[in-house]
Parts: sequence; structure tokens; C-alpha cells
Amino acid sequence: MYDHPSYDELTTGFSWSIAEKELDYSPGDVINIGWHCSDRICQKGKAGKIALYYEGFGGAVKSYTFNDIRLAGNTIGAFLRCQGITEGDRVCLFMDRIPELYLSFLGILKIGAIVQPLFSAFGEESLFVRLENAGTKAVITQKKHLSKVRKIRSRLPDLELVIIVDNIKPSELEPGEILFSLENTEPVEKFELCPTRAETHSLLHYTSGTTGQPKGVKHVHYSIVSQYLTTKWVLDLHDDDIYWCTADPGWVTGTSYGIIGPWSLGVTQCVLDTGFSAQTWYKFIERYRVTVWYSAPTAIRSLMKAGDDLVNEFDLSSLRHLASVGEPLNSEAVIWSGRVFGKQFHDTFWQTETGSIMITNFPGMKIKPGSMGRTFPGITGAVLDPVTFNPIEEPGKAGLIAFRPGWPAMMRTYWKNEEKYREKFVNGWYLSGDRSSIDHEGYYWFIGRDDDVINTGGHLVSPFEVESALLEHPAVGESAVTSKPDEINMEVVKAFITLKPGFSASPDLELEIMNFIRKKLSPLAMPQAVEFMDRLPKTRSGKIMRRVLHAREWGEEIGDISTLEND
Amino acid sequence: MEENNLKEMKDMILTYVTKEYIDDDDVTLTYETPLISSGYVDSFSMVSLLVFLENKFKIKIPPSKATPEAFDSVNNIVALVNQYLNK
Repeated sequence: MYDHPSYDELTTGFSWSIAEKELDYSPGDVINIGWHCSDRICQKGKAGKIALYYEGFGGAVKSYTFNDIRLAGNTIGAFLRCQGITEGDRVCLFMDRIPELYLSFLGILKIGAIVQPLFSAFGEESLFVRLENAGTKAVITQKKHLSKVRKIRSRLPDLELVIIVDNIKPSELEPGEILFSLENTEPVEKFELCPTRAETHSLLHYTSGTTGQPKGVKHVHYSIVSQYLTTKWVLDLHDDDIYWCTADPGWVTGTSYGIIGPWSLGVTQCVLDTGFSAQTWYKFIERYRVTVWYSAPTAIRSLMKAGDDLVNEFDLSSLRHLASVGEPLNSEAVIWSGRVFGKQFHDTFWQTETGSIMITNFPGMKIKPGSMGRTFPGITGAVLDPVTFNPIEEPGKAGLIAFRPGWPAMMRTYWKNEEKYREKFVNGWYLSGDRSSIDHEGYYWFIGRDDDVINTGGHLVSPFEVESALLEHPAVGESAVTSKPDEINMEVVKAFITLKPGFSASPDLELEIMNFIRKKLSPLAMPQAVEFMDRLPKTRSGKIMRRVLHAREWGEEIGDISTLEND
Repeated sequence: MEENNLKEMKDMILTYVTKEYIDDDDVTLTYETPLISSGYVDSFSMVSLLVFLENKFKIKIPPSKATPEAFDSVNNIVALVNQYLNK
């Protein structure tokens, strides 16, 4: 057990220079995330320490020291350079949670290129939109995902190279494809690091909004400053910890706290690349003696559903600190975890755009089940009046969650969408798009999104993206998408459609449409229910009134329907 | 259930899962292949598999029974479906 400073002790005299000094960084120096997560740790005498324990489906087990990941980063970086990848090029990682994903992350950053991680379950349309927008030059993928890339390749003039890291015979490669096997490549010891600086572009993560296509969020190498310190103070990682972040690096949690945070601290982490099973998860914690576990409310609720008895079949006594991210953690889950694990999950709040934890429960600090906690030191937060955009002083009154700009990991822009980026800042505040209240002790209480974006299983899905994809199905006349409540995922996608002449509503057509979206976009975006309607609720000017459908699904007051088109 | 019918059901489900959820031509599923715990079918996609089963066999499976374990292999799925056939 460790002593934890009080919130006042953390915040008094706080400066981000605390993290800069610990990272041996001074303004103006070269700063490179890939180097800080590997070479620097080796220089600190931890070359032989395990950086990564990997376990895949079927019992595949691998381990890597910090020296191994340093060399792997060099080797992959050198390979990419040989293939003509240079500073500023976007390189997409489109893989399952295999070691090559984590190691390529380092290699891409070490040559000054930009990492674009994408969730491997994305369908070809979701993949196309993101690669096209980014002007991606290379994709690193696995054979199992190659067909999706091949289907869209001809529509991506910027995509020059597809690199396959496993199980493909040279005779199966098509033009512009190359096999790279880390195991069969001579490790590169001497490597020229790209001298990236604080504001050099490092990552491009895509996030969904209410309208328009997904936006590429630009992060820079200086983001490591807040990622490092929040990992240390919120996730409470110490040198002898074994850490497990369950998030996929296709999402920002999986990079900020699944790679950068733990490795910049020189902490051992483990990665499990299988589907969800409560038994498998508990066995994994027991086997590796996981001490710090960072997971998500959807997974926690699935574990609750699996039952308390199962927990008792495993020795989980190694667990020291638990944290949660992605969506608000309901109080029942906090109380449950305290009962079955002897430790409560600490909710944390942040976003793709913020790059690091903004509001959180701290180790050693009183948790109020259902609250997101308090702002991290160095972060000035408020809830704003939605009309004046001035801070609300009254405790308990709802407003828009906002932060004063300027923390290290704040996004620098939306890729090729400076206008949308500027819209995020009003009256000197960054608007998160979420609503909450703040109580008299400074604890934030989440209320909901300020827009129509659906947060399902901790991932944002754009209704617009799903509606657009639905319209491509031959049977669909009009579409509207909203969320509906779900016990495990908090909310899931529901589609309302009208049919074109010649088509009839049926359970088989519902299934066909569900599968159509699942394959085109992703399993997350797949409507979990499709309701056929004669017509969608619209205003007299023809705009679909999603909020009427939303209110119906959630049992809420529909509100003003004076503009609703009459029957 | 007669053996022939059972095999027919298993093959139907196996064919459907392979067609809908497996992109990799090198993967050959069997009746015992773990579908969910392997990651072949994720928890969100399970819903579409549930809808397929309910439509195909004209049954209603309670949400509490549609667990990752119940869907984790073709054999498990058939056992689940049989519980609700003729109900």
C-alpha cells in the first residue's frame, strides 16, 4: 500500500514542470514519445525489466523487455524509412491487440511519422472514411483484415503501401503490399531518432460527432507530459506494479494509458487479446498478478452480470487499484466492486480531444459513487450556462462541462477541419460536449451529452454516420438513429426507417439491415433494433426530429412539438 | 431431437456464422470453436446472431439467457435454441 497525498497537497503550487522534470525534459528539447517509452527507460537501468506480457487467443504467450521494445521500435522504424515513410506521413495501425501493434506505435513515432490507430473491427466504409480524410500513406495490418483494405484501396490515391505482419505467403501479396516479420528481421541497434519537438504531430485519433464525418484529432509529442503525470497520480502506477489497461489502442485510452502512460513510467503492462469472458479476465488477473486495472463501465457491468460467485473462484488479491473510463460509472458498479474486489473502481473522465484525464477520482480520496470526481491539478474546469457560456457558481446546477485551454495533451486541431476545431472554444473555454453539475465539494456529476452523439460501450457513434449508411441499403427510404437504454452498454444504437416502395417490413429485413451496418461501419454502430415506420417525425420544414424518437425510447417528456408536422 | 435434425441445425448455424462474421478465408470453424471468447464474434455482434436464431427458429430467447457463454460455440448455441423450440 502507498501513502497518497491529499487533493490540496496535489493542487497547491502545481505546475506541469513537475512532469517535465521527471521526464528529463526542458522546453526546446527534443521530445519523442517512442524514445521516452523505450530508450529512456533503458537508460534508467531498466533495460532487462519486462515491458509487455502478451496473451492471445489459443494460449499464445509472449513477453518483451524494455530493451526488446526499444530494438523493435528501431527495427520497425528503420523498415518504414526504407519503404519511403518519412516525418509527417500518416501510418495507420489496423490490427488486433497483438505485440506488433504496440511495437509499431513506437517505431512510427521514432521516425517522426504520425500514428493513426484504427479499431480492427471497423468495416470497410468506416475504414475508408478515416484513411481518405487522413491521406494515409501506409497501413500496417494482419492477413485477417487485409480483405477490407483491399476492397477500398483503389479509392485511396494517397495509400502507397500495405504492410502485413503475419501469416501471408509472398505469392499471395498484391502490388503495393509487403510482408514484414519482426521475428525474422535483424534487430536494429543503431538508430537515428527523428528530433521531434513539443509541437510535432504525433497521433491522429478519429472521433465521431453528431453531424458530418468522423474528425481526426491531432495530438503532439508534448502530450506525454500530462499522460505521464495522470498515469502516476490517478492510476497510481509504481515501479513494481503489473498494469492492465483493457482498452484497444484503436481508441485513445488504449494509446494514452495503454502505451504512453505506463511505458513512460517504466511500468510492466499486460495485454489480453481475446474476446470478453469473465472467467478469462479473472484468470488473466490471477496469472499475471495484476495490481492496477483500468477498464470500462460496459466491461464492469458484464462482470457484474457474470455473478459474484465466479469472483471467488480466483485469487484476485493482487489487485491494488481499480479505475474506469469511457462513460459515467454508475454507483451500483462502484459499490459492487468494493464488495467483490475489496476495492472500488475510480471513475475518470476525459475525451479523445483532451488526450489525458481531466476529471477524476484520486487514490486515497473519498469516492462518491456515481460522481466523476474532481479536476486534475493544473486543469481549470467549470460548468457553463448554455446561453451565456459563463461559469455557473451555484452547486448542483447543471451546465456544460468546460475547461480552460492549454493543458499539455489538449488536441491541437481537427485534421483538415480548423473551423470545427474553433467551434470547440467559446468565451475562453474548451467545450467538452457533455453536461454535468458540480456539488459543493467540487465533485462533478455527469448528466448527459449536449448533442446527439451516442456513447455505446464507452465509444462514440455518430447518428449521422449510421443514418447515411442506412440510406445506402436498397430498402431504406428515410432513416433516423437515436439511442436506446441498455443495461450493460448504457445505451445502444436504434434505427427508425421508412421503406421504399416494393419492400415490406419483416424480421428478416431487420436482420439484413443490422448486418449491413455492422459490416459497413462496425459492430458498435450496428443498430441493436430496427423499427419500421410509415413516416418519421419531422418539422414542417422537413427536418427529422430525432429528439421525439429519443424521448420515446427513454421515457422522457417529448417537449415542444409545436413545429411537428401534422398527421 | 433426431440426430439428422441436430446436425442440420448445427450446419446451418455454422454456415451462417462463417458467412457473416469470418473475413479470413484461412479460418475454418467447427461446432466447438469458441466464437465469443476467441473474438470471432464480439459482444455487440452477438445481438445480430440472436436475431438470426430467433427469426430462423421462431423462438424468443430471454436476454438473461443470451450470454457470451451460451453463444460461445455452435454446440452451445444449439443447446440454447433447443431449450426454446416447441415452447
